[in-house]
Amino acid sequence: MMAGLIANTELLRKLLVGFVQDEVRKVGVNKVVLGLSGGIDSALVVFIAAEALGPENVHAICMPYKTSNPESEEHARLVATACGVNFSVVPITPMVDAYFDMFPDADNMRRGNKMARERMTVLFDHSALLRALVLGTSNKTELLLGYGTLYGDMASALNPIGDIYKTQVWQLSAAMGIPAEVIEKQPSADLWAGQTDEEELGFSYRHVDELLYRMVDQRLTKPELAAAGFDGAFVESIYLKIQNSHFKRRLPIIAKVSNRTIDRDFRYARDWGK
Amino acid sequence: MNFTAVLAQIKPKLGCIADNLKTIEGEIVKALEAGADLIVFPELALSGYFLKDLVPEVALRIDSPEIFQLIELSRGISIAIGFVEETEDYHFFNSAMYLEDGKIRHLHRKVYLPTYGLFDEQRYLAHGTSFRAFDTKLGRFGMLICEDMWHLSASYILAMDGAMTLLCLSSSPARGIDGDSLGSASAWQKLVSTTAMFLNCRVLYCNRVGFEDGVNFWGGSEYISPSGESIARGALLEEDFVAARVDEGTLRRERIFSPMMRDENLFVTMQELGRIAQERGR
Repeated sequence: MMAGLIANTELLRKLLVGFVQDEVRKVGVNKVVLGLSGGIDSALVVFIAAEALGPENVHAICMPYKTSNPESEEHARLVATACGVNFSVVPITPMVDAYFDMFPDADNMRRGNKMARERMTVLFDHSALLRALVLGTSNKTELLLGYGTLYGDMASALNPIGDIYKTQVWQLSAAMGIPAEVIEKQPSADLWAGQTDEEELGFSYRHVDELLYRMVDQRLTKPELAAAGFDGAFVESIYLKIQNSHFKRRLPIIAKVSNRTIDRDFRYARDWGK
Repeated sequence: MNFTAVLAQIKPKLGCIADNLKTIEGEIVKALEAGADLIVFPELALSGYFLKDLVPEVALRIDSPEIFQLIELSRGISIAIGFVEETEDYHFFNSAMYLEDGKIRHLHRKVYLPTYGLFDEQRYLAHGTSFRAFDTKLGRFGMLICEDMWHLSASYILAMDGAMTLLCLSSSPARGIDGDSLGSASAWQKLVSTTAMFLNCRVLYCNRVGFEDGVNFWGGSEYISPSGESIARGALLEEDFVAARVDEGTLRRERIFSPMMRDENLFVTMQELGRIAQERGR
């Protein structure tokens, strides 16, 4: 593995725990809420949050659909128990099914996106209910590849792991004592039975992280990537994935007509006054 | 002379002058109680760092009540502190003041405004145009603001101007998690140590902590002896109050042991820099 992808987990843990403490408390809140899928990303975030704010201030919600693998809920429960946070289950089947009764021909992508957005509304409703900020659980690999649903799983108030690759998520998860079965299982969006990320994407996270690190973090050129042994077609396809999903990483575009347009020439940090 | 310096590793609130002033006063009181002669605050301690369009809102003229309050506090202790300065002609600078005995002893305007990567200072701020050493009760000092120090010429000029103590006020963001220690911290530690060694100067480096929009400032404020040795270092990522006893004898001995600054040939440097400037046509 590329040296740059090997995280100093002790330091990383301190930074991310500090991030949650500081960014949550400065808005005058001390609680967070997040979706716990049974996968490794949300497991890592809930461990970080529990360490940052105390498990009593963390609410994890598992939101299965009827086609979700039952093992996912078991794993979510296992993770919540391991770090001692509040845990509840809010199934999304009734809401999602009520909608698709009107659109029975919808394909898997539409159904998957709807589920992700349904979960988002549950989390933001609980944000108001509990006076808790919603934590995001998208890692840098998925954010760069656009492998997430806009306004669904990509929606949050704060994301502690959005700047670390999946490879580093595995390393930090092991260092923080996340249950082994969650670390070792195949990553899956769990939209339908047997789905796995790596099968759907067509490459492994470890391999794409090696490329992304060199392409994004180190800014190697395409000839340099070829010299480092990456297949040209693979490099091109990843470059296009990043480019074509860039809209998901930006706010909606605003038509500029005034002298001060939000985010273009009206620029303030979100922590303005905090 | 021997003196005690405090590096106030604080966590300013973004855009909140009144709150930050309260924090700063609290640190000054603590430093007075600790019998310190000098307290150093980070870059933009009064305002926070990623100000963007807040710059004109948080800018202070040097005759403002807030600055007056700090000047008054300097009757008890010398103070080095960073803020956004607004001038009479409405330019805004990333500035640092050295206050002593109820007077502004020196004002430095950051010359090198980083505008790359996560930095965007030149968009919002005007750049300073000089590096000058100045005399204080505690000896001859030079003051730099963060990125200034990454330009060898800046600390070189101050040392050639007679500074024996370099103050660096910083808001350095944490990045680089793949090494034994934080990437930006290791880079800075090398820089301050090497600078001290090259110039036979002591360095007092004060860096802030806290987060702004997910960016962490890593702290690690440090007192480096003229031999490049780290004598006192603040906590990483946490608020701290670093009191360091600055010893004159060490400086004298180091300057006897490695008299590089004595031997530094200003004439050769000027001649060659002059030639380079001429060849570049400006």
